[in-house]
Amino acid sequence: MITLLMAMIRESLAIQHERDLVYCRNRVKEVAVKMGMGIVNQTKLITATSEIARNMLIYGGGGIVRLEVIIRGKQEGIQLVFEDKGPGIADIQKAMQDGFTTGRTLGMGLPGAKRLVNEFAIQSTLGQGTTVKILKWKNG
Amino acid sequence: MGTELFEILRKNKEKVLQLWLQAQQTETEFSNNFNTADELRAQSAEFVDLLLSTIDESNIQDFSPPGLESLTDYISSLTISRARQGFSPRETATYIFTLKDALLQVLSEQAGTDPMQLYKASMQLSKFVDNIGILSFETFITGREDVISQQSDEMAELSTPVIRVWNGILAMPIIGTLDSARTQVVMENLLQGIVDTGSSIAILDISGVPAVDSLVAQHLIKTVNATRLMGAECIISGIRPEIAQTVVHLGIDLSQMITKATLESALKFAFNSLQLEVRRIQKDKAN
Amino acid sequence: MEKIPILKMGKFLLVTIQVDLYDRLALTLEEDLIEMVYKTGSRGVLIDISALSIVDSFMGKIIGNIAGMSSIMDAETVVVGMQPAVAITLIELGLPLAGVHTALNVEKGMALLESRISSDPDDNAADGDD
Repeated sequence: MITLLMAMIRESLAIQHERDLVYCRNRVKEVAVKMGMGIVNQTKLITATSEIARNMLIYGGGGIVRLEVIIRGKQEGIQLVFEDKGPGIADIQKAMQDGFTTGRTLGMGLPGAKRLVNEFAIQSTLGQGTTVKILKWKNG
Repeated sequence: MGTELFEILRKNKEKVLQLWLQAQQTETEFSNNFNTADELRAQSAEFVDLLLSTIDESNIQDFSPPGLESLTDYISSLTISRARQGFSPRETATYIFTLKDALLQVLSEQAGTDPMQLYKASMQLSKFVDNIGILSFETFITGREDVISQQSDEMAELSTPVIRVWNGILAMPIIGTLDSARTQVVMENLLQGIVDTGSSIAILDISGVPAVDSLVAQHLIKTVNATRLMGAECIISGIRPEIAQTVVHLGIDLSQMITKATLESALKFAFNSLQLEVRRIQKDKAN
Repeated sequence: MEKIPILKMGKFLLVTIQVDLYDRLALTLEEDLIEMVYKTGSRGVLIDISALSIVDSFMGKIIGNIAGMSSIMDAETVVVGMQPAVAITLIELGLPLAGVHTALNVEKGMALLESRISSDPDDNAADGDD
């Protein structure tokens, strides 16, 4: 019954300022708590969200986050899609390496975030923008 | 299906039961290993009773509550009890589908000679019992799944006990392989144990871990590092000679961790760093 | 502008982070704290993060910066009260916060700082030594 209510959650959050990061993290946390996700998985998902959203803000000039509750078979999870219209990533393979950075971050953002979630996909076109999709299962 | 047909079935309840029991015996000679003949007879009679008193013109068309709850509840609990007793799905399915044969046979013997009417009634009746079969199958699977998930929960809990061996010292023996899911549980329990007891030293004993490969080593290193982030120290004990050999042969670097051969030496180390001392008491002094 | 309060307790500075740490606030904290270390001549900094539900790489970097900067000003930094889920996540993220001392709670953090400062200059404290 909760499942049915949760399935209705599908929303977009704008990331334009630093403050939006906090709001986005809090919203993801709210949904995760409502779903009954364990504290460790919650923390992993929120941390990954924070990493990717910050990357989007710093390198992609901001964008939007689409939050959706996914039900696949008996599994329930949260999917987040981060979309920006920034310059794009020239070398995705390099961007996914630990410690690689072109800016003022630690370079742990993308590869670290990937380790924190169950599914991770990144797609980028130079001059058009970058899309990162992550999914975390409730019991993953 | 006309009302009179239900009446016919109800009147021939005994006959249905008898045919059903016979069919069960011929179909499932491998069964009956749990129920005695009497129990089986009583259970079947109850089922036939409930079925024939519930079924009517409207619900035979549409297999859904309301009105059918008592029947569906009965089927669910029957199926679950059978699953628990160890009946195979085939046996349970046969149990229900032989009832269909019995009902149809009674119908064909008693329901007159109009072939069209008989055909329609048979179809409806057969659909109804099929639905019972589906419900039973679903319940059977759910019942089994519940047992499995309950067992795996219990196993995860059982396999990672956190023991407070001394004020400020926790120990966690690990039995079996450390995969990433298990490491997660180990870390969570250990770190939570550290917070709950305010311990500053945790001993992870891996005597019961069959082999340490680079993946297991990585999990151990993660656990040690997470413990350090909390402000506690984690000692790995129970490094058997075989494990030391494979670790070195594989070129795994464990130098960042405190490792001890036995739980005893790990405990000694822990006492030392907490500035505690264990001494033998002189007998005469003790008196 | 919002600021995280820094308390002076004897020889040490105590910071308790109770609010959502957005990036600008974290950077301000870094500046203020280093300024305070200089002004007060404190020998140790305690950062209590028990109320933080996440620490991502940016905050991890700030914590590392504070530790590094205060260390060259002859002050030790101890991070106390990290939540288990946060610790597990940081490890998975690949940030073991090397070089940062940690303790379970403020009390133990205080004791660690005391022992490290009293054992100066021959640094032989039993724990927290990475």
